[in-house]
Amino acid sequence: MSGTGASVIIIGAGATGLSAGWWLARDGVDVLAIDRGIVGWEASGRNGGGCTHPFSPLFAEEQRLWPMMDELLGYPTEFRPQRIRVAFDAGQFARSAQAARDAARQGFASEVLDIAELRRLAPLVGDGVHGAHLHRFGGHANPHRTVQAYAWAMQDHGGQVMQHTAVTGFTGSGGRVSGVHTDRGTFGCDHLVLAAGPQTRRLAALLGIDLPMAAARAEMIVTEPLPLMPLGGVDGNGLYGRQTLRGNLAYGGGPHEWIDPNGIGATPPPSTPLMRQIAGRLARLLPRAAHARVIRSWAGIVENTPDGRPVIDRFGNVTIATMSSIGFGLSPASGHAIRDLVQEGACGFADLSSLRLSRFERLEPDWISRQGWQPPSGAGTSGQAGSAGRMLS
Amino acid sequence: MIHDPASIAGRTLTPRERTAVLVIGAGPAGLAAALEAARQGAGVVLVDENPVPAEVMEEDIPLLFGGRMTGAVRNRAAMLEAFIASDPAIAAAFDAGVDVRLGVAAWGLYINGPGVGWLPGPLAGLSDGARSWMIGCERIIVATGRRDMGLAFPGWERRGVLGMTAALRLAARYGALDARRAVVLGSTAEALDGARRLHALGVGIAAVIETASAPLDDPGTLPLRTGCVVRRAEGDAEGVTALVIARRGEDGRPVPGTDLRIACDTVILGIGAVPMIDLLDAAGCRIAFSAALGGHVPVLDDAQRSSIPAIAVAGDCAGIGAAKSRDVTIAQAEGRRAAAGRAAPDGARAGPGHDIAGYRLDWVRATLLAADDEDTHVCRCEEVTAREILELRPPRYLGWPDRGRNRRDLRSLLGAGPPNPDQVKRLTRAGMGVCQGRRCREQVACLLALSAGCGLGEVPAATHRAPVRPLPLAVAAGAEEAAMAAHWDTWFGMKSQYLPYWEVPAHYTAAGRDAPDQGDGE
Ligand SMILES: Cc1cc2nc3c(=O)[nH]c(=O)nc-3n(C[C@H](O)[C@H](O)[C@H](O)COP(=O)(O)OP(=O)(O)OC[C@H]3O[C@@H](n4cnc5c(N)ncnc54)[C@H](O)[C@@H]3O)c2cc1C
Repeated sequence: MSGTGASVIIIGAGATGLSAGWWLARDGVDVLAIDRGIVGWEASGRNGGGCTHPFSPLFAEEQRLWPMMDELLGYPTEFRPQRIRVAFDAGQFARSAQAARDAARQGFASEVLDIAELRRLAPLVGDGVHGAHLHRFGGHANPHRTVQAYAWAMQDHGGQVMQHTAVTGFTGSGGRVSGVHTDRGTFGCDHLVLAAGPQTRRLAALLGIDLPMAAARAEMIVTEPLPLMPLGGVDGNGLYGRQTLRGNLAYGGGPHEWIDPNGIGATPPPSTPLMRQIAGRLARLLPRAAHARVIRSWAGIVENTPDGRPVIDRFGNVTIATMSSIGFGLSPASGHAIRDLVQEGACGFADLSSLRLSRFERLEPDWISRQGWQPPSGAGTSGQAGSAGRMLS
Repeated sequence: MIHDPASIAGRTLTPRERTAVLVIGAGPAGLAAALEAARQGAGVVLVDENPVPAEVMEEDIPLLFGGRMTGAVRNRAAMLEAFIASDPAIAAAFDAGVDVRLGVAAWGLYINGPGVGWLPGPLAGLSDGARSWMIGCERIIVATGRRDMGLAFPGWERRGVLGMTAALRLAARYGALDARRAVVLGSTAEALDGARRLHALGVGIAAVIETASAPLDDPGTLPLRTGCVVRRAEGDAEGVTALVIARRGEDGRPVPGTDLRIACDTVILGIGAVPMIDLLDAAGCRIAFSAALGGHVPVLDDAQRSSIPAIAVAGDCAGIGAAKSRDVTIAQAEGRRAAAGRAAPDGARAGPGHDIAGYRLDWVRATLLAADDEDTHVCRCEEVTAREILELRPPRYLGWPDRGRNRRDLRSLLGAGPPNPDQVKRLTRAGMGVCQGRRCREQVACLLALSAGCGLGEVPAATHRAPVRPLPLAVAAGAEEAAMAAHWDTWFGMKSQYLPYWEVPAHYTAAGRDAPDQGDGE
């Protein structure tokens, strides 16, 4: 297969890379997405499906696009609008109010729900609620369906997706790349998009670009189906998640574990007994579902920059996009932004200056230890139970 | 050293109890392992989920019981007694000082490895139905046995269609099989031996049906019919009343006019005995397909150790073959080896069984594909038919209009790799229900292999995940230590992540960052 290629090659067929590929293919661009595994097999297929990011410069576009995505892609995403945030204390309520204020400034409404209205919209909620917001923005979609929809829609427009192909290096460097080396040959390109999730740092380094990132494992659980609530997007009590249209409760939240992403192959690590704490929190958030049975748990690997904000930036003929753990919901908009960067050199619909890599110019080399983001010491060994922070389980 | 307070660093899980050796499964292999470990002086906890609560049995968990249990299974005390009496080795284990826990299911095994580093050593999640807890162990011996491959034909969801392993469990260990006259599907060693045992226990065997032209194993005097296609199970409110079969034509389809109605109250699936690898796969043990060992099995060394050295495997869940199925001492020897950590002397390992791949594919071809039935659900939990699986149709409740445009089928997923059942599951929901594919995963794998034109062994196993037994939220719930509760965050607890973009400073430094706090997004 050596010698072939495409005008634009995207490394990583997660939500970010596939959305970008779809946007480019819609423009008639000859685009190829390469992934070491199956499309959307990593974080993009293992996340909470939340599409509610009022603090992001891509928020307005995220909100504009989601209601149209089924139609635009031609395949179902299961997008459902609006979110309820249930607070069990004043602190939780204040943070939900902050999201409401950020959204209000951009023209989106929220309201405080009284308990009767909360119960009507989310009958599985129980007692002990401090307060709740209904955000008349945001929402959630089904990650599995959405990633496949991007891939198929991209192909419908003439784009190509190559699975089971690992990228190993490049011809050229810095902002001038002309070829992509893989375990199945070399492919030529005019422009390269790096959207490889937690692996983006390592690949960028091969091009001499220092992209500060760390990786963490995050876990979720899902229950058997329950009767549908009028509004399935109910967060709160330290959890994010949704009731799927089938009726399952899919929720996550709580402690993450910083890990070394290089030790991990294409198969994400298993989940851990944190399932039990997530279950406990969910039983408190939705006590009328406490009888519902957990049928599965899983983990995904999250990619984070030091400030938790995406990097979407262009260097010569290389565009880098790493979404820092909020990339599923933003994917319709991030793909659009990447298209603009590739095609026009700048984003035409939003101010992405807060997502530039140059904001880390003054970042300390030891930022990982300063932020306490190193993997737990003794990781990978079966150490003794420590004395700090014991948890009887 | 600074720790991110919202992370797991610095938190330690202290299991409620500890043991040197945990044995999971009180069948012949598990009992032999527990006795051997106790003989060597180790502290041993032996758990077995039997007797399984009647409501759980109704859902075909852990075996395809097909609703064919008598009312006696509601009496747990009686079932406990029957189960203990069914194998004298259980009493021997009690006497040897083994801490035997019946009615306790293991739903997860956990150990540090790539991407997981915070656990205090090997752990297992246990539940007795009312509560769940963690047990810490030095070594774990998994002896969880086998289950049965499902086979979808019209009427297979009726009461009275059950698996051979389930039938024997009910008949021989609970004394609670509610069957008088059965038809057995399949001529594997396990099916034929099972039919003979059931006959000895008073169940009439009306027929043994084989879709191939010759049986896989010697049927002896059993009433065998070869070259047949299963058309449907008929029945009434109480369950199956008859099985309708037909001759299988040259084209693999039923020959018109050859329908034969066999009166029976029970149809027993004996097409495939499948190693129960759910805990092992979920724990991250390396799994490989072996047509000679009954399907996907853990990769083991000579001392029965899995790729995770603290986890050893014995008995049917390590691999199934006719020799092991017929001679219980093979499984027992595996159990003893697993407990002793001793390699097998030459020749002591179980010989390979039949090549099951072609056999299972043929049954699925003759039954699911030849029938091409629009109403029979292969995945019963999520109500997905064979055609919906192969055409990757979105679930019906989405009401997605079939516009003719943008139609996609299995071929559209195949890149360089084989078909992947998890990917198909994500799109069709086949295998995503409460039983987590217990009833459909082998059939789905066969459908994918047949449709993609690849070998059954090339299709990866649909992944298992904890909890491998469904656990109510209230039962699964674990306490949070104070520090975890204080720093519990919806996401990463990074203030800077939630700063509205119009307030973000031009430069970011670790020193200048705000103290971490709870965030608010997802
Ligand atoms: C448990 C969990 C819950 C989450 N909840 C939400 C949520 O509710 N809302 C939200 O917006 N976000 C959420 N996220 C974050 C979100 O999932 C990610 O930000 C997003 O999926 C990132 O998409 P991506 O395409 O950039 O990266 P990934 O999905 O990581 O995709 C990167 C791809 O690159 C490929 N790749 C890597 N290296 C190579 C190589 N050398 N060669 C070829 N291919 C390579 C990988 O195989 C992978 O498919 C969650 C994440 C997790 C884990």
